[in-house]
Amino acid sequence: MITLSHYLLLAGVLFAIAVAGIFINRKNVILLLMCIELMLLAVNFNFVAFSRFLGILDGQVFVFFILTVAAAEAAIGLAILVVLFRQRRSINVEELDAMKG
Amino acid sequence: MSFANLCLLIILAPLAAAIVAGLGGRYIGRVATHTLCIAGVTVSFAASAWILKQMLDGAAVFNEAVYTWGVSDGLSMEIGFLIDNLSALMMTVVSFVSLAVHVYTIGYMRDDPGYQRFFAYISLFTFAMLVLVMSNNFLQLFFGWEAVGLVSYLLIGFWYKRPTAIFANYKAFIVNRIGDFGFIVGIAVIVAYMGSLDYMEVFERIPRAIGHDLYLTPGEPSKVITVICVALFLGAMGKSAQVPLHVWLPDSMEGPTPISALIHAATMVTAGIFMVARMSPLFQMSPDALHFIVVIGATTALFMGLLGLVNNDIKRVIAYSTLSQLGYMTAALGAGAYGASIFHLMTHAFFKALLFLAAGSVIIGMHHEQDMRRMGGLRRYMPITYLTCLIGSLALIGFPGFSGFFSKDIIIEAVKASDTQGSEYAYGCVLVGVFVTALYSFRLVFMTFHGKERMDEHTREHLHESPWVVTLPLVALAIPSIVIGWLTVGPVVFGDFFAGAIAHAPDGPLAELGREFHGPAAFVMHALQSPVLYLALGGIVAAWYLYLKRPDLPDRIATRYARLYRLLVNKYYFDWFNENVVASGVRNFGTGLWKRGDETVIDGWLVNGSARAIGAIAAVVRHMQTGYLYHYAVAMIIGLSLLLGWLLLRS
Repeated sequence: MITLSHYLLLAGVLFAIAVAGIFINRKNVILLLMCIELMLLAVNFNFVAFSRFLGILDGQVFVFFILTVAAAEAAIGLAILVVLFRQRRSINVEELDAMKG
Repeated sequence: MSFANLCLLIILAPLAAAIVAGLGGRYIGRVATHTLCIAGVTVSFAASAWILKQMLDGAAVFNEAVYTWGVSDGLSMEIGFLIDNLSALMMTVVSFVSLAVHVYTIGYMRDDPGYQRFFAYISLFTFAMLVLVMSNNFLQLFFGWEAVGLVSYLLIGFWYKRPTAIFANYKAFIVNRIGDFGFIVGIAVIVAYMGSLDYMEVFERIPRAIGHDLYLTPGEPSKVITVICVALFLGAMGKSAQVPLHVWLPDSMEGPTPISALIHAATMVTAGIFMVARMSPLFQMSPDALHFIVVIGATTALFMGLLGLVNNDIKRVIAYSTLSQLGYMTAALGAGAYGASIFHLMTHAFFKALLFLAAGSVIIGMHHEQDMRRMGGLRRYMPITYLTCLIGSLALIGFPGFSGFFSKDIIIEAVKASDTQGSEYAYGCVLVGVFVTALYSFRLVFMTFHGKERMDEHTREHLHESPWVVTLPLVALAIPSIVIGWLTVGPVVFGDFFAGAIAHAPDGPLAELGREFHGPAAFVMHALQSPVLYLALGGIVAAWYLYLKRPDLPDRIATRYARLYRLLVNKYYFDWFNENVVASGVRNFGTGLWKRGDETVIDGWLVNGSARAIGAIAAVVRHMQTGYLYHYAVAMIIGLSLLLGWLLLRS
């Protein structure tokens, strides 16, 4: 029998993978963007699961919004990435330290 | 014209002339400038003389405020005039000497580019001095007091391109500030205890101050009246150049000669004497202050006279003579003989102005050479200057019949008769002072006008008597130098001329002398039996022997008593002390505050220190800012976790 806690665990595991991806990844900015998307998906998972188990549809409406925003964000993020690549000929995270104090 | 308007006219005429001459002198030219200034002073002199005449005819004392400047907490600050016999006499003397000096200046400053400026200054000075003597309240007195100090500063530094003149005017200004500080403290104590600035109100309220004590230092009470008098006298010491605040007066000879005559001999330096006489009801109440005054005065009279013996600058010798005579006046004040002091002030104003102007005439003739060692034999070339200078010197040493004789003899007798503490010491000083005065005066006369002609050939060829604008004031001053003592000694000193203006003790020294006084002729006869005359004659003979008969002797004496000579030449090391102890002490203190306080503490620790501390902290903290996204992400996650954890655990 699949219960709410299974869904929540799955979402938690997805989120943790995304966080780990952000930390561990030192090479590719595209991977960073993907990890952020993965975080949003983990959150969406929670929304859907709660919506289903509590019988309230509001959570699923939220998911649509989040998906829309995530799509827009990915578009903007990739656009920035293209500009960044044109500027620096590299998308290596290690080299992006312009904010160093 | 009402009396108040007349008073206003007296002070405003020279002021108006000074303003026009000072601001517009360049446009109206030399002749217009001196005509205007002399006209202004003539108006003052004529009006003053008229007022003096009215006073002599028994006019009532005029004491009125003409303008109220401000009222604060019941303390009224006014411009007002107190015209009684004392101020009328002072006004006449001041405006007369000023007039003589104005005329003389036309000749003396003829070639000076600052001609108009000079006239503006001396007219301004006349205004300030008249404000001072005519005042009926302490505030106006203080205004006049400071104003004459300011003009004195301007005039000592008149030749502002000479470093010595600049040094001298700074010195005069600073030394006077020390005295003025005491003066204003005295006024403040008066206001605190009497609650008024008006002379008459203050004198009425003297009982309020008597019996009260002030604690200047914890545990040591001083009488309020003594504090007031000593503080006021401190002001007089600065203005009237009493030891140890005398150091500025010899240096003030850096100024042009006319102002040496006007300011540093006849008028401004007597402001202190006048002030003490004016405040005589106060001083009469404080025997301690009188004790202090008589000692200071007598010390100045003798020891400053001695310095005149070793100086070779003709003007400085007269300057030391002025110091010495001011000492006589101060000693008379301390003895309680205020009338005698003012009398000497008046006679001194005439003959000292005369001596200075004669010296100026010599200086013109010698092409601005002031060293007496390069003069000699001038009487053949400048007969009028010689005669008037001789008259001035005879008056100064108190030759019987001349004006200085009466005033000086009375002072000496008064000091002798006085019961002020310390008057025995003072009597000794003023008695020896007579000999010294005669010695240096005739040393000056003999070195300048007699003996070998020591000037160079070029100067000798151009020697001639000065123009009439120079000799006229000399003659005009020589006449009162001879006769004024004879004419006025009876009424001024022993009559009731100062009855309403000066508070003499009923059993004071002057009352005692007055009982023995039977007219000026008898007074002269009486003097033949006193040591004073013989001391003066001895001084003349000594001067004649040392400087005409055996001119080699003075140098031998100087070598023989080298130590004493050095002491005198170095002016008792007052200047050395002031420069090396007082001035450098203050400078070191200032440098210390600047280096330690300002540069180290404020700049070093507070301003730059806080900036350095922030810099140092930032240098450490900025290592946390790596610029790597994942580091920031970790920080955010950790922060978020901590915040969430805290929120969860709290509940």
